[in-house]
Amino acid sequence: MSAHMKADTTSGNRGLAIEQLLIFEQDTKGATGVDLPDVPKVRERLGGMKNAAPIGLPGMSEPEVVRHYTRLSQRNYSIDTGFYPLGSCTMKHNPRLNEKMARLPGFAEIHPFQPLSTVQGALELIDTTARWLKELTGMAAVAMSPAAGAHGELCGLMCIRAAHEAAGNGARKIVLVPESAHGTNPATAALCGYTVEAVPATADGHVDLDALKLKLGPHIAAVMITNPNTCGLFEKDAIAIAEAVHGVGAYFYMDGANYNAIVGRLKIADLGVDAMHINLHKTFSTPHGGGGPGAGPTVLSAKLAPFAPVPQVIKVGEKFDALEHAQSPRAPTAFGRMKGYHGQFGVFVRALAYMMAMGGDGLRQASGDAVLNANYVMARLSKDLTPAFAGPCMHECVFDDGFLKGTGVSTLDFAKALIDEGFHPPTMYFPLVVHGALLIEPTETESKASLDQFITTVLALAAKAKTGTAADDFHAAPLFTPRRRLDETKAARKPILRWKPVAPDRDGNGASASRQAAE
Amino acid sequence: MRYLPLSEPNRRDMLAAIGVGKIEDLFRDLPAGPLASARFDLPKSASEIEVERALSAMAARNLDCTKAPAFLGAGNYRHHTPASLDYLIQRGEFLTAYTPYQPEISQGTLQAIFEFQSQVALITGMEVANASMYDGATACAEAVAMAARVTKRSAAIMSGQVHPHYRDVTTTAMKFLDVDVECLAPDPYEIEDLIGRVHSELACVVVQTPGFFGRLKDYSTLADVCHEAGVLLVVCVTEPVALGLITPPGHQGADIVVGEGQSLAGPMSFGGPGVGLFATREKFLRQMPGRLAGETTDEEGRRGWVLTLSTREQHIRREKATSNICTNSGLIALAFTIHMTLLGEAGFTKLATLNHARAVQLAERLERVPGVRLLPSSFFNEFTIELPKPAMGVVEDLAKRGILGGVPVSRFYPSYPELADLLMVAATETNTEADMDALATALKEVL
Repeated sequence: MSAHMKADTTSGNRGLAIEQLLIFEQDTKGATGVDLPDVPKVRERLGGMKNAAPIGLPGMSEPEVVRHYTRLSQRNYSIDTGFYPLGSCTMKHNPRLNEKMARLPGFAEIHPFQPLSTVQGALELIDTTARWLKELTGMAAVAMSPAAGAHGELCGLMCIRAAHEAAGNGARKIVLVPESAHGTNPATAALCGYTVEAVPATADGHVDLDALKLKLGPHIAAVMITNPNTCGLFEKDAIAIAEAVHGVGAYFYMDGANYNAIVGRLKIADLGVDAMHINLHKTFSTPHGGGGPGAGPTVLSAKLAPFAPVPQVIKVGEKFDALEHAQSPRAPTAFGRMKGYHGQFGVFVRALAYMMAMGGDGLRQASGDAVLNANYVMARLSKDLTPAFAGPCMHECVFDDGFLKGTGVSTLDFAKALIDEGFHPPTMYFPLVVHGALLIEPTETESKASLDQFITTVLALAAKAKTGTAADDFHAAPLFTPRRRLDETKAARKPILRWKPVAPDRDGNGASASRQAAE
Repeated sequence: MRYLPLSEPNRRDMLAAIGVGKIEDLFRDLPAGPLASARFDLPKSASEIEVERALSAMAARNLDCTKAPAFLGAGNYRHHTPASLDYLIQRGEFLTAYTPYQPEISQGTLQAIFEFQSQVALITGMEVANASMYDGATACAEAVAMAARVTKRSAAIMSGQVHPHYRDVTTTAMKFLDVDVECLAPDPYEIEDLIGRVHSELACVVVQTPGFFGRLKDYSTLADVCHEAGVLLVVCVTEPVALGLITPPGHQGADIVVGEGQSLAGPMSFGGPGVGLFATREKFLRQMPGRLAGETTDEEGRRGWVLTLSTREQHIRREKATSNICTNSGLIALAFTIHMTLLGEAGFTKLATLNHARAVQLAERLERVPGVRLLPSSFFNEFTIELPKPAMGVVEDLAKRGILGGVPVSRFYPSYPELADLLMVAATETNTEADMDALATALKEVL
């Protein structure tokens, strides 16, 4: 196959890989895919705010729209269609039962401001989900409303800041974050008005406890540590870290992005954790949806629980109630509100369906299989690739680009070659502390056959790279995708972020800026 | 367990390949004490039938809006969504993909985001829009933070016609950022003077259209006054269907438009997940939060899409990022886009016209109920009425009659006794004239 293969069909389509114009380029004026009832004649009461100008939306019929989005979907990789070992993202199977449950009218067709007497089942669902999370973590309370992991981090840090201020410790303004942390950690600390200081890692991929202790003092508000960490390792010193952090009156925030590795194994409360968010869209199987919606409930220690944001569901006798106002008589110390309404309710339904399906025993087996799968991949690849750290790893393993040294093939090239082989690449160049990192998280929902196929492919690609003569092939990858490598520099230098109509040319042909760029 | 593919022989083979005896050996870095002491008081795994039975029973303990005439709004609206919409968003290639980090195998999601950004920009009358935020309230908070960055000022005013949750979420988010957010008193009687409050120390003024209590207002003059003082005008939209009928905020001088897309994207689902809309002027692009899809070409010169301008974002800029947002609301944004595409210009404007007509029909019926007074001078599909007694009890009485009659203002403002008699009532294309008659009749009975 030539590295410069061109589309050689008249249509530009290649069999099942079908080109699809933008909706704006398929416009039929006046067409619609939705027939609505007739509009009754009434006296308008719009106060003079009626819009006179056209909006500019394209018109399409239902069959055209269904085909358009079906074709777009076919230009995506997904868990349903293949192995997706994207490190630190926990791309596990998304059971369809979850979807079915979230669509029950009793959950989908309820309004957030119905009288609470008419939504007792919904409050019960939130309370039940919360009870599972508290039992799994051993923590005193959980703030259910954060919408995603980063939002949960902010919730935890805001509780911490509120607790410090309530205790007269408002002068603490520094949060310690390891170098290996995900970018959301320092970004979150900054949103909470904190200054971030980095903690170095040891050569074996852990937080450097001695360096951390040197940085601790009465000016430190909190320490944020991802555990298992982004190097795929459990922080062996977690309890010692918690003790040292508490010793100076600071709080221990544990980033739960990698909670899937330890769920059902131990209770994080026993590590001395004060707050941790849980990504329901990772550990508890709710779909990632092309980038959300997720949910990031944040479990809290007894010391932080009083500062949890509203809304909160409580049970009074046999009735469920909701606390909806911070700093009100029933939630006097709640630090505020993070999100509209009752949080990501539809995500809670899916997560609870998963937890009930798995049970305590299934969740324990899930973390066991997730860690087993990662260690199996690591063991099988370690001879030919260069593992960044010694095993055993937790639910993900990381390799540096040492095995590619002198081959002319980069981590990026290697990842793109994996795409041609039918795999979603691992997370690349993260964690930053590992040179040219490839972070592989298989999850527990991959079969051994699936892992073996991946391993065989990676080994073959590594061998090919090491011949030293295949760099051009790697640079050319991917070849078999709807698009070859895309010019990201061009996208950023002169951003085109939306479709814009352009004036018709002298032949009267309208065309979009977008379309022209394609021609 | 049906979600776990490994068999016992698989596990044995894999453990042998690793060189350990049992799975527990792989957890040797975990502290022994907590590992040994952990006891989980949780049910055992369950079959699909059992899970369905338990959750269906819980769902049945709610009075859902398919079973009762419902007139609830306040930022969350029940609309009909076409059957093809829910089918399309459940396609696994959309549902089970993640953020399009590898553009060559994510062109579907990326093109859909590009179309979403284009549609949001068009309906808000703005120049650029991002790939979505968590919800309208968090988008509003991000807008105020962005205004503070753009203007390098640290004070904001939020109108009493802005959704109280947007006010609470914004106030909370700004709490530790040294941005002073002043929330004006709730304004159902339309007495607020915003123009008189604009001054040159402000980063932004935040308003809402249609207003929380229903009113439609032209913000052009306010925008001019703001701009003269170097202040940004942020406009919230909690019911985007309105944008099919009313002058878009961008044409009234808005600098940032934020909103909630739920009403066009799918079910209310007790208020979440929704999708935050965020649009602004091109000149503020580099200060904008959130992900962006942009157009480019591939090695063969073919048009394609990538995530772009990520130097604003946390994974590059860390503590200097414009926001900490990472995962946003991709699938709900997709649902929003698909519905907008199905509607098209003709369908979107007709849907909006129908909603307004239904609300007028409802207003005419309720105005005839003795003791009821309609407050807003204008409205789209929702308005506030004043009752002769506290609205909280009235909605409970209506619920007993099988009608979800509206949202009492006191649900949001319990510490304002003077607002206790106010009820917010919404009508959409899902409400029939028979529903409206039922509400009017029941209201007469309970007042």
